[in-house]
Amino acid sequence: MQQVSAPLLEVEDLRVRLRTPRGPAEVVNGLSYTVGRGETVAVVGESGSGKSVSVLALLGLLPARVATVTGSARLDGEDLLTMSPERLREVRGPGVGMVFQDPMTSLNPVLTIGRQLVEGIRAHGEVSKAAARERAAGLLAEVGLPDPQRALDRYPHELSGGMRQRVVIAIALANNPSLLIADEATTALDVTVQAQILDLVAGLQSEHGTGVIWITHDLGVVAGIADRVLVMYGGRCVEDGTVDDVLERPAHPYTRGLLGALPDLASADDGELATVPGVPPAPTDLPPGCVFWPRCPVRSDPRCATEQPPLAVVGASGGGLPHRAATWCEEG
Amino acid sequence: MADRRVTGERASRGAPATEERNEAGTRPMGDVLVSARGLEVHFPVRSGGALRRTTGVLRAVDGVDLDIRRGETLGLVGESGCGKSTLGNALLRLVEPTGGTVTFDGTDVTGLDRRAMRALRRRAGMVFQDPFASLDPRRTVRQTVSEPLEVHGLRSGRRERAARVAELLELVGLDPAVADRYPHEFSGGQRQRVGIARALAGEPDFLVCDEAIASLDVSVQAQVLNLLRRLQRRLGLTLLFISHDLSAVRHVSDRIAVMYLGRVVEVGPAAAVGSDPKMPYTQALLSAVPVPHPSLERTRQRIVLRGDVPSPANVPSGCRFRTRCPYAFEPCPDVDPALQPVGAPGQLAACHLHGVVGRPVEREEAVPAPAD
Repeated sequence: MQQVSAPLLEVEDLRVRLRTPRGPAEVVNGLSYTVGRGETVAVVGESGSGKSVSVLALLGLLPARVATVTGSARLDGEDLLTMSPERLREVRGPGVGMVFQDPMTSLNPVLTIGRQLVEGIRAHGEVSKAAARERAAGLLAEVGLPDPQRALDRYPHELSGGMRQRVVIAIALANNPSLLIADEATTALDVTVQAQILDLVAGLQSEHGTGVIWITHDLGVVAGIADRVLVMYGGRCVEDGTVDDVLERPAHPYTRGLLGALPDLASADDGELATVPGVPPAPTDLPPGCVFWPRCPVRSDPRCATEQPPLAVVGASGGGLPHRAATWCEEG
Repeated sequence: MADRRVTGERASRGAPATEERNEAGTRPMGDVLVSARGLEVHFPVRSGGALRRTTGVLRAVDGVDLDIRRGETLGLVGESGCGKSTLGNALLRLVEPTGGTVTFDGTDVTGLDRRAMRALRRRAGMVFQDPFASLDPRRTVRQTVSEPLEVHGLRSGRRERAARVAELLELVGLDPAVADRYPHEFSGGQRQRVGIARALAGEPDFLVCDEAIASLDVSVQAQVLNLLRRLQRRLGLTLLFISHDLSAVRHVSDRIAVMYLGRVVEVGPAAAVGSDPKMPYTQALLSAVPVPHPSLERTRQRIVLRGDVPSPANVPSGCRFRTRCPYAFEPCPDVDPALQPVGAPGQLAACHLHGVVGRPVEREEAVPAPAD
């Protein structure tokens, strides 16, 4: 982990409202965080927590017809949310790589791997076809694909899931992005393949100083790769801090519930798992007070029912990084 | 780690593990509810063109020996494509085995005709992975849950059936008042509860849960896992819990079986297989599971396997794991390893590191290992 004075990405008060058939949905409600160079920030949450939409919003990938995005997101000082579409494309292509969950939907099934890689490389730089192809083969070798020259002429369906996801990562890394966003990138993969991919990303990250936003619901993966963690619930950040603070000393009742609900391979305890009763709120129908109130086992403060507790510092770790949680609960 | 199952309420119910020496039948049959011997499910691989010639064989399940004891939860783990779902289906003859036998409570089910099979299926239920796909969107919860009652002629009157549906919904933690709602009105976790209620309608002895929690959120997964365990104790169910999630399997299972390329390669008490596996594949699989403790994750030694799983249409000769095994040595291509007792009582592993035991490979079968 390295913290450089100016962060690579600075997100401030990001809000996303979607028009849906059931009325307006407040999908992201005031998200603020930074990603430093070479740093990995994990965004954790269950389905519907707004974690995917929040990064799609950063990159201008939400359809303007239905989505209203406010706030700011400065990548190297430039606000992604206010720049022109042309400028955004210039910045996004070489500056940001994205990996989504399902490699089959991110790859074009009728184009060879080579064509898709070469396209990405040539779109953002003056490179000859032959040079781009050479670079493509190099990238495939870098992501650990056996026989990269032959793989270039293959179609996505000819590769296994793990190999496809490696191709998607190669495309995301094609222009040495300063920021890599991975949205449940290893969720569909087997654990042994996931281990290979996580190793790979860690290696590339330390080599190129890439900042990483890793979106996942898997707290095990978070424990292994993240420097900092941001826990999302109902479109809000309910807790953030260093990975040790959040996973070892969780402060928000939701984070505690999530960790308690996890069967633990490292522990021999086979009693009942702690559960969080109920289901997450629908973004079209958020509770008036704390978003977690309807499921909260603590509810120690009467304000929780009517007011959203702000993110407040609950402690700090060695490096002075704050550990914050949006809760008035003193003890769980 | 000590065998945590020696104490506690489960030990009194399950068979004492120390008695078992061999999966292949030295135990009295009375303890075993479901048993597979040399079970095979092979699919023909056909060429594209108009002729559809058979060009090969896909060995989805390829010689599985497995006993599931009455009242236990057996966890079945393995990576995608290893054949674990096909095995679960073959045990209930939802896919037809192409070889070997399946015995259910002493009856060889592989030879039964359709009618006898249907009667037997009442005693076995199945919970599927995707509660969005496994419930008919046009049928109410009542219709879905009472269908098995009608099919098996279990409750005659309408009122009796309604009472049974209410009972089943209560059993899985749903309000009986929701019986006339449709699946789209429920969350994923609630739908999975409906699926479980349907599986329990015929009062089965044996329940196969095939990735039953895979599509649920973490906090909801825990609810369903707890429910399954409570039901099992209360109803004395025998459970086959198929999952790729090793942490969940470790949590719910009495014993764990590990599959690789169509074969069970290790089986034994959950504590032994989960903490001290003897087959290198199980070791690699376990070491790859991330745990939610940052300090532990930083120090853990991860065994990263080389390459991809070979195709089940082209299984390596001898030990099928040898092409990726960090310890492969001379006998591995030539002798197909058998499950042998190793480690904790009741633990079996198919690996030559613990003594070369198995069937020698015939010469024409011996194919060179695919190049890396």
